[in-house]
Amino acid sequence: MPEIKVTPLGAGQDVGRSCILVSIAGKNVMLDCGMHMGYNDDRRFPDFSYITQNGRLTDFLDCVIISHFHLDHCGALPYFSEMVGYDGPIYMTHPTKAICPILLEDYRKITVDKKGETNFFTSQMIKDCMKKVVAVHLHQTVQVDEELEIKAYYAGHVLGAAMFQIKVGCESVVYTGDYNMTPDRHLGAAWIDKCRPDLLISESTYATTIRDSKRCRERDFLKKVHETVERGGKVLIPVFALGRAQELCILLETFWERMNLKAPIYFSTGLTEKANHYYKLFITWTNQKIRKTFVQRNMFEFKHIKAFDRAFADNPGPMVVFATPGMLHAGQSLQIFRKWAGNEKNMVIMPGYCVQGTVGHKILSGQRKLEMEGRQILEVKMQVEYMSFSAHADAKGIMQLIRQAEPRNVLLVHGEAKKMEFLKQKIEQEFHVSCYMPANGETTTILTNPCIPVDISLGLLKREAAIGPLPDAKKPKLMHGTLLMKDNSFRLVSPEQALKELGLAEHQLRFTCRVHIQDPRKEHETVLRVYNHLKGILKDYSVQHLPDGSITVESILIQATAHSEDQGTKVLLVSWTYQDEELGSYLTSLLKKGLPQST
Amino acid sequence: FFQYCLSGHPTLPCNVLKFKSTTIMLDCGLDMTSTLSFLPLPLVQSPRLSKLPGWVLKDGSTFLDKELKECSGHVFVDSVPEFCLPETELLDLSTVDVILISNYHCMMALPYITEYTGFTGTVYATEPTVQIGRLLMEELVNSIERVPKAQSASMWKNKEVQRLLPAPLKDAVEVSMWRKCYTMPEVNAALSKIQLVGYSQKIELFGAVQVTPLSSGYALGSSNWIIQSHYEKVSYVSGSSLLTTHPQPMDQASLKNSDVLILTGLTQIPTANPDGMVGEFCSNLAMTVRNGGNVLVPCYPSGVIYDLLECLYQYIDSAGLSNVPFYFISPVANSSLEFSQIFAEWLCHNKQTKVYLPEPPFPHAELIQTNKLKHYPSIHGDFSNDFKQPCVVFTGHPSLRFGDVVHFMELWGKSSLNTVIFTEPDFSYLDALAPYQPLAMKCVYCPIDTRLNFIQVSKLLKEVQPLHVVCPEQYTQPPPTQSHRTDLMVDCQPPAMSYRRAEVLTLPYKRRYEKIEIMPDLADSLVPLEIKPGISLATVSAVLHTKDNKHVLQLPPKPPQPPASKKRKRVSDDVPECKSLKPLLSGSIPMDQFVQTLEKHGFSDVKVEDTAKGHIVLLQEAETLIQLEEDSTHIICDNDEPLRVKLRDLVLKFLQKF
Repeated sequence: MPEIKVTPLGAGQDVGRSCILVSIAGKNVMLDCGMHMGYNDDRRFPDFSYITQNGRLTDFLDCVIISHFHLDHCGALPYFSEMVGYDGPIYMTHPTKAICPILLEDYRKITVDKKGETNFFTSQMIKDCMKKVVAVHLHQTVQVDEELEIKAYYAGHVLGAAMFQIKVGCESVVYTGDYNMTPDRHLGAAWIDKCRPDLLISESTYATTIRDSKRCRERDFLKKVHETVERGGKVLIPVFALGRAQELCILLETFWERMNLKAPIYFSTGLTEKANHYYKLFITWTNQKIRKTFVQRNMFEFKHIKAFDRAFADNPGPMVVFATPGMLHAGQSLQIFRKWAGNEKNMVIMPGYCVQGTVGHKILSGQRKLEMEGRQILEVKMQVEYMSFSAHADAKGIMQLIRQAEPRNVLLVHGEAKKMEFLKQKIEQEFHVSCYMPANGETTTILTNPCIPVDISLGLLKREAAIGPLPDAKKPKLMHGTLLMKDNSFRLVSPEQALKELGLAEHQLRFTCRVHIQDPRKEHETVLRVYNHLKGILKDYSVQHLPDGSITVESILIQATAHSEDQGTKVLLVSWTYQDEELGSYLTSLLKKGLPQST
Repeated sequence: FFQYCLSGHPTLPCNVLKFKSTTIMLDCGLDMTSTLSFLPLPLVQSPRLSKLPGWVLKDGSTFLDKELKECSGHVFVDSVPEFCLPETELLDLSTVDVILISNYHCMMALPYITEYTGFTGTVYATEPTVQIGRLLMEELVNSIERVPKAQSASMWKNKEVQRLLPAPLKDAVEVSMWRKCYTMPEVNAALSKIQLVGYSQKIELFGAVQVTPLSSGYALGSSNWIIQSHYEKVSYVSGSSLLTTHPQPMDQASLKNSDVLILTGLTQIPTANPDGMVGEFCSNLAMTVRNGGNVLVPCYPSGVIYDLLECLYQYIDSAGLSNVPFYFISPVANSSLEFSQIFAEWLCHNKQTKVYLPEPPFPHAELIQTNKLKHYPSIHGDFSNDFKQPCVVFTGHPSLRFGDVVHFMELWGKSSLNTVIFTEPDFSYLDALAPYQPLAMKCVYCPIDTRLNFIQVSKLLKEVQPLHVVCPEQYTQPPPTQSHRTDLMVDCQPPAMSYRRAEVLTLPYKRRYEKIEIMPDLADSLVPLEIKPGISLATVSAVLHTKDNKHVLQLPPKPPQPPASKKRKRVSDDVPECKSLKPLLSGSIPMDQFVQTLEKHGFSDVKVEDTAKGHIVLLQEAETLIQLEEDSTHIICDNDEPLRVKLRDLVLKFLQKF
């Protein structure tokens, strides 16, 4: 039986370095190629040697698909394509193709220039890698090869994020990447049609969370920022340059305007302005409201938010600073955090998920004494707040997506094992489908049961259709045909056509049975009696008395002759072909019972 | 498979295709050349146009002098301009299931179709097509509603009256189909029926037909359409371009293997080279401005204007025009310029690459930033304060009958320093100018039509090899003014089938197959037999289910167990249910093996006689005769059913079932 095999190389019962291998109908596809923020050693990249021990990745993989530009989904791509070696196609949406190389370059700079690592991918490698990228439109059916096709759906998580359907013949897999089922201030909600995939591979970051309404969270956020600023404190919001940052900027911008606040808002430089520019140019990927009003007012041109300079961190008085990266694991956000952590008036708001091993994760789990580089201990006195603004689907959203797509199986990735376990049970209970949650390196095999498409000759189909709907639905009508199989093409034709196409003659098999009947009357009278008898019983059949003295029932021929020895016995010759076997056999047994007494 | 042709205009098509069980409208272009018969709508009181004499018939009767005015030696209708609608009577348009739009110029009749015919279906178009189409409609409605006209003339349309009018009014066709412009609420209602699609998106219609838009290279979001079932493919090619301008290049490969290719929207100026025309445009513009004159460019608010601005961007510094203001005046000028920058995915490769930097794809962003290009919603308001001459003005409508362009024609027409440059190919420039004659201003005709020319068409057809080509009749003969140019027509084998307005065409193709799905459990139960090397066959007896135009074959249900009760059955209960079909047989029966088999099964008295065509096998005791011939077997026996069945099965062992 055909099967689909799925092996996570990353993101199996974990968040980080998403990389999932899928084998479907003989095709091998790699979904995402991410890095892990919690590691600085070999474990930061997926173990690509798993894919093929010896042999080129290009020969083994039919294509690579990148769901969105976050580094835990694309961070290993240049390493994979240029250092390990892959020359096949890489698919992503236009915004992802635009933004991805910038984040990769940023990542490279931090790793090589700041941390001084060697043996890392170079700028040139990023460029060469991006040359292998094919950009796709939403809903466009991309024919990777004759059999394999992929299609992108809007995922809402960040600008350009997409879910992908991978389809070979009747078999299909949907990979969600990261997605968000509720529209936010700058993006729309994920959407997919009822595509009924054999397997849905879903992220499950918030597998156990049911988030309260967005409005409440926004109000909370604004209240906390406002209170801190009012009492002269500084607010640090670690973010990634693209995505949440824009949503929160829009939120603060409108709040500042409404409340007429004066405290400065800064955005750590670097990507910011560029990032906003991307949002302006790819406005068709944002939500309805922003798209509708962009001609009058572009939401990504901020009045109150200014570029941040390193020196501002030591300025007295209140301020709000957005700084990258979002998990406080390096860079400017970590620098500012170290400066401000000691003052209880200050506040850090973590607006998204933090991977294990990062400073962000440590302070969120309650740690207040952090060991920094050089054995320094940093005491955290500032307030630490967590606000779930990351645009992942929560449990409700995941269930909603399953309801939309109606998959036959579900497989969870990009989440923590314990939480997955809970969601898995819920999915199995509610939808009665199997749900899997393989760990990294563990292969899940799903049996599929694909239909077999064949070509049916229109003549045969029309012949069946002409018979019309059945009076009795409980007795379904059988259709007879011959399936011709030649070099992988399947055609269902009428038996006559099959014979003709193969250049074969029909072999006619005919039966003639002698049935003896006691009837002293003249032959033609006997025939008449037989005719009346049959006519009375076989109401649904065409029974005819021909001028030459024979009787036909459909195409069955009945002739009567006198017995050569016994004039009181007549011999009925019943003759039929194999195609009328049932009726012929029935007729002989019927006639054998004799004729009813004439009245 | 029929094609109903509702428009006679080859570049503003409107066809309806009946394909399988669906009714598909391909484009709904609006023929606006009718507006040329009307007087221009001036934005400010024009003494000249308001004092025109009424037209008097030869016999002196004046009953038409309110409706018709004489102007510059021509007669014009003094009324709200009207447009010529596609045919609405040829078929019931409420039966149209879907409308496929190929580009924003070919959707201008949409509100008439969706709002007036009982249409309840869906319209499919790409996002740029819808957004820019909306802008074109908005501009149209705005420029007509801005100048309220008290009267709408209808008397002249009477057939008896029209006969008496001078040309070209006398020869105007389908005047009964001319309608006033729609309103914004109607535009909004029509556009709300559109569903957005992307290139190469496969859209299923009722499970029977799949439609797919393909990039056509002509305009932002412009598309050709593939309409196909599993076995037949119709390609609809409308407004395509192979020139590299701003849109994504044309997708030619996907048009291959078409049964029918419908070809519309070719260039209207087959003898002009667009590149040469752009060069002429620039040099004429520069010359006029250097001499202190103004340049007027009547144009649509989107499309070629982007390319013209890009050319000027590269040209103005070298031509010393840096200080000349460029004005773009249209109620949708700002929107058009803004929208052009956000459709990166629909642009050519070079422009896409710019967006990745990220930079705006079109350089007019920089022209605006540096104040070289200014845009205004109309001549009223800010424009009158900023207006400096000499200057270059881009504004609509290219028909010169309404919009801000009318004002500039009146303003600049009297000076020979000024130039009007016609770049849009949709209207005859002489007809457009007729009500403004006599004119001192220079007129330059540089029509830029990037759509396919006939050389490109024949190359395309050779490349994609459709079985049949269908096109408007205009394309099957040389242009009337250049009847010797036999190269200016579609040349293909077999010759193209042509259509004209209000004609119904039967499209030539024959289906022979349909797709059906075999359920997995049925497939498992099949027993394939290799009948010839490489060819296997299996007989299939299955239940056919048809739902939503999809056919599925399922395993027949197991026969129900006969009821345990032993009620006496009536004779008729035993009558075989239906005429159940037995398979056909093929093959021949080898004599010796057959006899051996008979003997193995206990027939000890087998006797064989040769006949002319074969053999006769006699089973003496059973009084049974079996005639064996090459292609037939005849078993003649007494009414001994067990014996007959036994013999039957022995014979069947040697035969192939079909």
